[in-house]
Amino acid sequence: MSLEKFMSDAISPWMKENGPDCDIVMSSRIRLARNFENRTFPLIAKAEDLDDVLNFFQDSYQDASFKDRGQMQFVRIADLSPIEKKVFVEKHLISPHLAEHAEEAGVLLSESEQVSIMVNEEDHLRIQLYLPGFQLQKALQEAFEVDDWLEQKITYAFDEERGYLTTCPTNVGTGLRASVMMHLPALTMTHQMNRLTPAINQLGLVVRGIYGEGSEAQGNIYQISNQITLGKSEQDIVEDLESVVSQLVEQERQARQTLTEELSIQLEDRIFRSYGTLRYSRIIESKEAATCLSDVRLGIDLGYIEDMPQSILNELMVLIQPGFLQHYANRSLSGRERDVLRASLIRERMHLENN
Amino acid sequence: MECQECHIRPATLHLTNVVNGQKTEMHVCEQCAKENGYVSYGQEGYSLHNLLSGLFHMNPSTVQGHKHFSQAQPTLACPKCGLTYNEFTRIGKFGCASCYETFEDNLNPVFRRVHSGNTKHEGKIPKRMGGGIEKKRKIAAYRESMQQYIQAEEFEKAAELRDKIRSLEQQSDEREEGES
Repeated sequence: MSLEKFMSDAISPWMKENGPDCDIVMSSRIRLARNFENRTFPLIAKAEDLDDVLNFFQDSYQDASFKDRGQMQFVRIADLSPIEKKVFVEKHLISPHLAEHAEEAGVLLSESEQVSIMVNEEDHLRIQLYLPGFQLQKALQEAFEVDDWLEQKITYAFDEERGYLTTCPTNVGTGLRASVMMHLPALTMTHQMNRLTPAINQLGLVVRGIYGEGSEAQGNIYQISNQITLGKSEQDIVEDLESVVSQLVEQERQARQTLTEELSIQLEDRIFRSYGTLRYSRIIESKEAATCLSDVRLGIDLGYIEDMPQSILNELMVLIQPGFLQHYANRSLSGRERDVLRASLIRERMHLENN
Repeated sequence: MECQECHIRPATLHLTNVVNGQKTEMHVCEQCAKENGYVSYGQEGYSLHNLLSGLFHMNPSTVQGHKHFSQAQPTLACPKCGLTYNEFTRIGKFGCASCYETFEDNLNPVFRRVHSGNTKHEGKIPKRMGGGIEKKRKIAAYRESMQQYIQAEEFEKAAELRDKIRSLEQQSDEREEGES
């Protein structure tokens, strides 16, 4: 079993591919919450029960292959070092909750890291499936395939009236959380996100920062997801989210155009100042780095910067997180040490592109 | 305005929850808000979970208008996992699948609030449950549209649906016989 594969790259293999509307929608995610019938939910289960679930899962699915996804690999969270756990969270392979309650938890990962199935999170199983760009429908179909595959060996807790039964009442029914990660620099710069967020909330959708609940929108990256899971079919939930996301994509495009038309030189100045900061700074905090990366990414999308790949934002956003930096350094680092290493990694990465 | 929890102190906090255009409002004093977990101070504002467990607490007094209801419940416990109703309202989470049956009587108002009025599942059904549920749903949907056709006096279309329903029902009969 080698963890190295999951640890070495800041971005997962699936992220290197481009998807539809990927200048604005970075990724689409489907999450399904599932529980075993006749077993206490992880929240109040005894350690033996959790172990049973974990062992069953490991025995049944370790090295199993599913369709064309290659071999699945099972990782026990308890086997990970604290820094490795952080990296898994920063790459969105596991949730912060799973990393914290690690004694009897695990995760089954596909080779491309596109499918991740968390075991003994808040629910027994949390199936996650990612696709690059804006492809929620496809992600839903593929997540259903994984769900059906697991179901061959597992009887889920399900009630005809209430649907899939979950630990938290906010997930009952479909157990579905569909979400997209969007880069919205122009809407943020023009202060339109403050106006749009409450409107989006009114439609039963939630807007969050990049690392989920309570996190701020680092690097102008927003996560938008459904809140309602009961009484609406998966298809309807995804369609509703899609229609809002399409409108946001449209609005962001318009805002970008307005900016380039009316504030062209100011925008260009801002983009290249950020470019300079990333290229030459010796100490940089993660917040500043995220802001500059967002500007540079916008500069790439709008054609001001020509010799950089779009994926640089996705990649460096993960690379500059504390866990990844410490993994890279192979030891734990103080805040200042991290800021220095961060600056040097960013310089190195940008230099690479210019040659 | 007086606090809707203690009815003594003035309401200083006005919480509005809007989901899908459905608005629920709470007017409480700061002390009751803290005690009931509607808000938590010091952390990042109030979290959804706090609000949720607040919703459970609120049920008896706002839905029923008095508190007898909540006093009858504390002894209620899930036979399977042992989670008590008290504990359930405090953490706002279920302990196992059986909790859903045990606390069934108190769940609809909560689900309605969290899922903007919905209490009944639509959507995917485990393959293991067999096609049974799916078939039942299909038949129910056909029946409904058949009634509409009959009312609109479009009898040909209604007859078409009647035949579809019959063949679905026969399928399930045959399968049941085959299985037994």
